[in-house]
Amino acid sequence: MRFYEYESRRIVERAGIPVTQYGFCTTPEEARAAAERIGGPTVIKSQVLTGGRMKAGGVRFADTPDEAAEHAAAILDLEINGHRPVGVLVDPKAEVEQEYYAAVLWDGRAKRPMMLFSDMGGIDIEQVAEEHPEHVGRGHLSNLLPISDFQAKEVVARVGLTGSELNRATAVLARLARLQRDWDMTLAEINPLARLSDGSFVALDAHMEMENEAVFRHRKALEELGVDLSDPREQYEPSEFERNVKAIDAADHRGVIQGKDHGFHGNLGLVIGAGGGSLTLTDAVRAQGGKPANYSEIGGNPSVAKAKGLAMEVLKKEGVDKIAVMMSIVSNTRVDIVARGVIKACLELGKDPAETIAIFRIPGAWEEEGYKILDRYGVEYCDRSVSMWEAAGRAVAKIQGGGASANGEAS
Amino acid sequence: MAILLSEDFTFIVQGITGREAVNLTKECLDYGSKVVGGVTPGRKGREVHGVPVFDTVEQAVENHGGPIDGSVVTVPPAFAKDAVFEAIENGIKLIVVVTERIPRRDVAQMVELADLRGARIIGPNCLGLIAPGICKMGGIGGPAKDAAKAYQPGRVGVMSRSGGMTTEISSSLTAAGLGVSTAISIGGDAIIGSTYAELMPLFEADEQTEGIVIYTEPGGRMEAELVDWRERNDSRLPIVAFMAGKFMDDEEMRGMSFGHAGTIVEGKEDSATEKIARLEAAGIPVVERIDEIPDRVKELLGVAA
Amino acid sequence: MSVRVDDVFIGIELTDEAARDPELARRLEEACPVDIFKATDSGAEIVRENVDECVLCGLCLDAAPPGAVTVHKLYDETTLAR
Repeated sequence: MRFYEYESRRIVERAGIPVTQYGFCTTPEEARAAAERIGGPTVIKSQVLTGGRMKAGGVRFADTPDEAAEHAAAILDLEINGHRPVGVLVDPKAEVEQEYYAAVLWDGRAKRPMMLFSDMGGIDIEQVAEEHPEHVGRGHLSNLLPISDFQAKEVVARVGLTGSELNRATAVLARLARLQRDWDMTLAEINPLARLSDGSFVALDAHMEMENEAVFRHRKALEELGVDLSDPREQYEPSEFERNVKAIDAADHRGVIQGKDHGFHGNLGLVIGAGGGSLTLTDAVRAQGGKPANYSEIGGNPSVAKAKGLAMEVLKKEGVDKIAVMMSIVSNTRVDIVARGVIKACLELGKDPAETIAIFRIPGAWEEEGYKILDRYGVEYCDRSVSMWEAAGRAVAKIQGGGASANGEAS
Repeated sequence: MAILLSEDFTFIVQGITGREAVNLTKECLDYGSKVVGGVTPGRKGREVHGVPVFDTVEQAVENHGGPIDGSVVTVPPAFAKDAVFEAIENGIKLIVVVTERIPRRDVAQMVELADLRGARIIGPNCLGLIAPGICKMGGIGGPAKDAAKAYQPGRVGVMSRSGGMTTEISSSLTAAGLGVSTAISIGGDAIIGSTYAELMPLFEADEQTEGIVIYTEPGGRMEAELVDWRERNDSRLPIVAFMAGKFMDDEEMRGMSFGHAGTIVEGKEDSATEKIARLEAAGIPVVERIDEIPDRVKELLGVAA
Repeated sequence: MSVRVDDVFIGIELTDEAARDPELARRLEEACPVDIFKATDSGAEIVRENVDECVLCGLCLDAAPPGAVTVHKLYDETTLAR
């Protein structure tokens, strides 16, 4: 789960890490009041879950409270990459002496959280790590033992900090490490972490991401922080297809279906599964010149109604007149149940299953029964002796051979 | 010979009274596996397909009258860590975690405790493992007769991040007459108990295994770890890899995950293209088509196609 | 005479006698994993929208006297009965 900048700021603040005297505002008046309170030049930043704010005009500088209100009004109205801001952050323009980078994230290879610290903050850390490796300190943390301050100190010291800088940066990094663990963050990053002219350290910008699987155990704390858990926080607006499939899945506990069509623009509807099988089949269709209209997953032995629901949604997509129904060998999901579902989808939409289902390739549990159903409706099917690659190829050939695709993409 | 499992291998099922666990227990018993108990707190005294149910792992061990080799954990995500800790602290050395959607921190804690106690975790988010003709531990391959159809004893070790694809690939190896020594569904999450590189030494030591097939996906650094292992060790085992999810490299798919939680691409190195390049450079062929796997293995093993 | 409900793939048939037996209706409702039977005071109703969900488990056949319930597989014109 991603957080808006102002939410990250609140989380960091709660963890005892110093932040600026910022204000989160949803109206120009609130922005003016925040600027008055700050008393001095301010930065007004759009609160959206997308990059490229600066370029889009979502970050502006103000010298007076009136100017802050004016900028806030403009930014609140500005859509960035299709995202409307939920508000603006009004931040003092800080007097920065030096910028640092501090982060704690998962190291999948070590299977442990890793602390990162650099005295070259404000820029892309991957670039710093590549060009100036001596300016990046690293250290792993145990998942079982308590986090000790000395571990953070070692990381900070590795890039050469000493004196009061070392002690202040250590306190920030240790708290960030505890924050990452306590909040189940996949990424807890402060960039830049600034040393101001008075020697104090302040988190100027923070980026937090919480693991979706762990949100359930932080509901209360998130609500206390004013985080709206009903906001799906998707990277893009879900399509009608995606919303409908999700609703069908949620309405029936039997089995699991998923559907995505963001980034898919083709004419071959895919009713496929399960996890790895869907990845393999989507690749196989594309590699053989096919253009998938969507991605999908069937798993966990869905009901006939659920399989039907997915197939109907795929068939209702514009430009789709054929679907390929394919899975890797199934042992839990039943072949006959899926066959019933996809045929029923065709019939209810007034389509001939034999024409509409380009290929049915699901071997495994109850396949003999499934093949009887497919025979009855004249649907072309194959068993495990036909590979997933070959089945995908047959579907592609059929849609291209047909030539009558609605969006004229067949060649 | 096979790895990890044997004819006498005993295991329990934690969360045995759940719907999927009941099925899995029957499948394993039908296959001939020795399921010696089940645990569901508060259900002591019941039976599931003749398997006695206990409140604690300790009771199951006591009833068995000696150490139990393994456990299949099927409890809901919020309780999975506790169940795995319970298994480890009761001396169980091989734990298959079937549960999906366990928070990463919990998984990392299980793995760290397992390391301290000399235990091994397979999964989470996996279907378990099978030594064809010897023992099936978990839902892998489905009902006993389906599992027997897809998995015949043979010379290839299979490791896969997808449970379903473990069976698909093994079935093609069986059909090609190569057969399978041991097949392991290693799990689809970002952090898992046993990676390719961590299982390789076991296959290396197994006389029955002559080659390895891995199924992999975008996300994570497990392939880089495997490449490093190969470079550090003079392995006798040729490896054939298959990479699914190449479409995820498209610009429009950035930051999305498909199929399994672990497919989230967190850095450039996690992309399909980069992984394929790294594997190929290390002498591990990555086949384009899933159905090329058996022939590629035969080639590397010097078996006539 | 009998009561019969056909959907696309599956048809469920109850003898009149069976359909009017409230005790049997209760047993059928309990046995069917996909809720094809609904027990009422006067006997069993067949829930049309669930008929095609039939998983061919035969539990309804076991719960009823021989011949009382017939499951028709419309796609191959065979039946399951006891």
